[in-house]
Amino acid sequence: MQEPAITEELIAAHGLTADEYQRILEIIGREPSFTELGIFSAMWNEHCSYKSSKKWLRTLPTTGPQVICGPGENAGVVDIGDGQALVFKMESHNHPSYIEPYQGAATGVGGILRDVFTMGARPIAAMNALSFGMPDHPKTRSIVHGVVEGVGGYGNAFGVPTVGGEVRFHPSYNGNCLVNAFAAGLADADAIFYSAASGVGMPVVYLGAKTGRDGVGGATMASAEFDETIEEKRPTVQVGDPFTEKRLMEACLELMATGAVISIQDMGAAGLTCSAVEMGDKGGLGIRLQLDDVPQREARMSAYEMMLSESQERMLMVLRPEKEGEARAVFEKWDLDFAIVGETIEEDRFLILHGNDVKADLPLSRLASSAPEYDRPWEESAAPPALAPVPAIAAMDGLRALIGSPNHAAKQWVFEQYDTQVMGDTARRPGLGAGIVRVHGTGKAIAFTSDVTPRYCRANPERGGAQAVAEAYRNLVSTGATPLAATDNLNFGNPEKPGIMGQFVGCIRGIGAACEALDMPIVSGNVSLYNETDGTGILPTPTIGAVGLIASPGDAIGSRPEAGDIALLLGGMPAHLGQSALLWEMFGREDGEAPEVDLAAERAHGDFVLAGRAHIRAATDLSDGGLALAAFELAEAGQTGVTLDMAGTAALFGEDQGRYLLAADEAGAAALQEAAAAAGVPLMAVGHFGGDDIVMGGERAAAAELFALYRSAFAAALA
Amino acid sequence: MKAAVLVFPGSNCDRDLAVALTRAGADVTMVWHKEPELPPGLDLVAVPGGFSFGDYLRCGAIAARSPVTSAVIAHAERGGYVLGVCNGFQVLTETGLLPGTLMRNAGLKFISRPEPLRVATVESAFTRGYAAGQRIEIPIAHHDGNYFAGPETLAELRGEDRIAFTYERNPNGSQEGIAGILSANRRVLGLMPHPERAADAGHGGEDGAPLFAGLVGALQAA
Repeated sequence: MQEPAITEELIAAHGLTADEYQRILEIIGREPSFTELGIFSAMWNEHCSYKSSKKWLRTLPTTGPQVICGPGENAGVVDIGDGQALVFKMESHNHPSYIEPYQGAATGVGGILRDVFTMGARPIAAMNALSFGMPDHPKTRSIVHGVVEGVGGYGNAFGVPTVGGEVRFHPSYNGNCLVNAFAAGLADADAIFYSAASGVGMPVVYLGAKTGRDGVGGATMASAEFDETIEEKRPTVQVGDPFTEKRLMEACLELMATGAVISIQDMGAAGLTCSAVEMGDKGGLGIRLQLDDVPQREARMSAYEMMLSESQERMLMVLRPEKEGEARAVFEKWDLDFAIVGETIEEDRFLILHGNDVKADLPLSRLASSAPEYDRPWEESAAPPALAPVPAIAAMDGLRALIGSPNHAAKQWVFEQYDTQVMGDTARRPGLGAGIVRVHGTGKAIAFTSDVTPRYCRANPERGGAQAVAEAYRNLVSTGATPLAATDNLNFGNPEKPGIMGQFVGCIRGIGAACEALDMPIVSGNVSLYNETDGTGILPTPTIGAVGLIASPGDAIGSRPEAGDIALLLGGMPAHLGQSALLWEMFGREDGEAPEVDLAAERAHGDFVLAGRAHIRAATDLSDGGLALAAFELAEAGQTGVTLDMAGTAALFGEDQGRYLLAADEAGAAALQEAAAAAGVPLMAVGHFGGDDIVMGGERAAAAELFALYRSAFAAALA
Repeated sequence: MKAAVLVFPGSNCDRDLAVALTRAGADVTMVWHKEPELPPGLDLVAVPGGFSFGDYLRCGAIAARSPVTSAVIAHAERGGYVLGVCNGFQVLTETGLLPGTLMRNAGLKFISRPEPLRVATVESAFTRGYAAGQRIEIPIAHHDGNYFAGPETLAELRGEDRIAFTYERNPNGSQEGIAGILSANRRVLGLMPHPERAADAGHGGEDGAPLFAGLVGALQAA
C-alpha cells in the first residue's frame, strides 16, 4: 500500500509542532515514513508523554513503607498486610465521553480495569468522579444519561462493584465533561506483574480482542481542544465490549498463575505502539513485530492503522517460550485470540514489518525516552475577589438550597444504575461517605473515596490541591480506615496558557504538601490537559482517589446515628464562607478565598478520630455545605431528626477544613470529650440526633419532608 | 448436600452463590459451561447471575445452548433441583425449564438496590425457611427483569401456587409483580433478586439466608 508523502499539513494534523518534527529528523537522521510519523505522534502527544506535566509530577511524594510500586507502571501498588497488595489507579476519559457519552464512559471504565488486572490483580472496586455542565444546558442531560449508563453498562457486565464517586455540575463543564474512572484490585504482594520485557528472542504475544480501525488517532484527539468540528471526531472513540474484557481478565489471571508471563502490558492509548515500546524500553530491549500476524477484525488494514488502533480489550505479553502450549490452551478455553506477533531483539530497534515491507525502523529507547519535555511558562493565579457581604438568610432556606441542588442532593439516581454488590463483599454502598469493600475471606476491609472541590482550586490552586487530599483523608478516617495512599487524576485546561499552567503548578504544590503531611503518597495517576472548548477552560479539577485500610471489623466506624446520640463537632466552630457551596447554590456567587488547609490540624484531628473510633457510632467530615449539610446527611443516613444548638450562616454553612461531625451515645461522648481535653483537640457538643424534625438556627422543618427533597432533587433536575 | 454452580464465561456472581451455598452447608463444585456432563450424585444445580455471554442476542439465550445446559435439563427432568438467580433465571426461561420471559425493565434503566419482597409461597424446598407472606428485603441488580408470560401461563402459575416471590413495589414492570417462580414439580426456582447478596450481615443483610438454609436442610434430609 502506498503511504502518503510527509508534508507540513500532515505533520500538523498529527499534532506535532515544527520543533518536534525537527527533533524526529535529528533522532532518525532521515525523513520518517507515514507509519513512523504516526508512531511518533502517538508516543509524543500530551496524553501519552506527559510532556507538559512531567516536570511537576516529579515533585510529588510517591514513596513510603506501604508502597510496593509507585507511578510509572499500569497502576500503583500498596501493601495491605498478610502478603496481600492493593493495585489501583484513576484515569480520565473526558474527551471521548463528551463526543460519545455511552462508549466514552464505558471504555474509560474498561481501560482502568485493564490497568489493574494487567498487574495480576483481580478488580474488587470501582469509583467514578463525574463533572458535567449545568443541568439546564441543552447537552447536559443526554451526556449525564449516556455517561452513567456507559459506566454501569461496562462495570456491571464485567462484574466489579462500584462503591463510590462524585457527581458535580458547573457551567465550566458545559462543553467539556469529565469522566474520571477509578479501579482497585487485589493481588498477592509477591505476584505483581510488570511491563519490563526481559530476555532476547522471547515471543511477543497478542491477547484478547481483534484489532479494528476504531480509535485510530484517539490519543492525539484527547490532546487537543474542542471546537465546532467536534462531531467529526466521533469515529475516534472506541467501542467497548465488557464481555470480552471479563474473559480477558479471567484468562490473564489464569495465565499468570501458570508462570508463563515474563511481562505484560495492556493496549490502551495508542494501542500496539505504546505497549510494545514500553515493554521494550523498560527491559532495555528492541522489539520486532510482524503485523500480518496481528488478529484483525477488518480487511486490508494498513500498518499505520494497526499501530495506532485503540481497539479495546487487548493485551501484549512477553511469554516464556516453553510455556506456549499451556498459555495457548488458557486462551482457547476463554475463546480469545492468542497470536505470536513478534519477538524481543537485542538491538535497540522498533522494527515493524508488514508483508515484505519495513514499515517502521526506529531507535526504540530514544522513541520512548526522547519525547519532548516542556517547562511551560506559568503564572501564579491572581487572588480571588474578596468576599462580598453575605445577606442574612434563614438557615432552613440555606439547607433547602443545598439539598435541593443536584450537586448536593442524594445521588441514588446515579448509583442505582451501578452494580454495587457483585463479588459479595461490599460493606458500605455508595451514598454514605467512603465506600467499603471487604478483602475476601479476611477480616480486613478497604475504604475508597474520591474528592476535589474545583471552586477552591480556581480561587487558590495550592489550597485547592491540598484540600482535595485532606478531604479524601477525612472521608477515609470517617470510616475508621487508616489512609494508605492516593492516585491523582489531574484535569486542567490548555497548558500552553500560563494562567492554566499556573493552576496546575499550584494544585501540584498543594497536593504534594498534603500527601506528605498526611502520609498518603501518590502511587499512580493520570493527567488530562486541553479540557477547553472554544478557548474556555474547565475549573481546575485535580481529582484525588484514595484508599484506606480497616484492619479488623471492630475498627470500622458506622454511618448511621441513632436517636439520642450526641452530635460532636471536632475541629472548632466554622466561620469561612468564601467559595462555599452555600454562596454558589443560593446566590450563584463564587467570591472570597478558598478555606485554609492546616495540615498539622488535619493530621491531629484524623489521629484523634482513629484513636477514639470505638466510641463513635457514626462520623462524617465537614466539606461542601459545612456543619448544616453534614448534620443533615448523618441524620438522613440514620433516618432520624437532628437538632443543632447553634445559629448563624457562617457557623452553619462555613467550610473551614479539618472538621468532623461525630455521633456517639452519652458514654461515648463523655469518653471522647475526655480524650479531646487530654489531646488538646477542639471537640464540642453541638446538638443531638433524634426526633422527627431537622432543627438548626432556631428554625425547624419536618425531617421527612427534607429527606424527600434530598432524595428527589437529582432526578427532578436530570431524569 | 452436593451442589454445582455453573460458570459461563460472563458469569460474575458464581463465587458469591458458591459462598452462600457453602455457608449454608452445601458441598459446592464449580462446573465450566463447556462440560458435557455434571458431576455424579448432585442434589442441586445453581445457575448464577452475571452476563453469561455478554447478554448478546438475548439475556441467557446463548447460555441455554451451552454444552452443560443439556445436562442441566436432564438433571431437572430426572427431578433434580435447580436454582437460577438473575441471569440464571433468564437462562432457565430460555431453556424452557421455567415459563415466560424476562424483558427490559419498564424504566429502561439498570436497577441495583435492596428491594422489598413478599414470600408468596412456602410450599417449596427453596421457600420453606420463610413464613407465609413474610416481607423480606433482597437486592436486585438487573437491566432485564421485567417478567412476562401469557394469560394462561399466569393463571397456571397462580392456580398451582408457583409464584415464589413478588415485589412489594414493582420496580421493573413485571406482570403481577413477579420476582420469582417455581416449576410444576416445585424443584426449579428462578428469581431476579439476589438472595446470595443478603446471606451475610456484613454484606446486604440476612434476608436471603433462609433460602439457602431451607434448601440445604431439605435436600440433606432427602
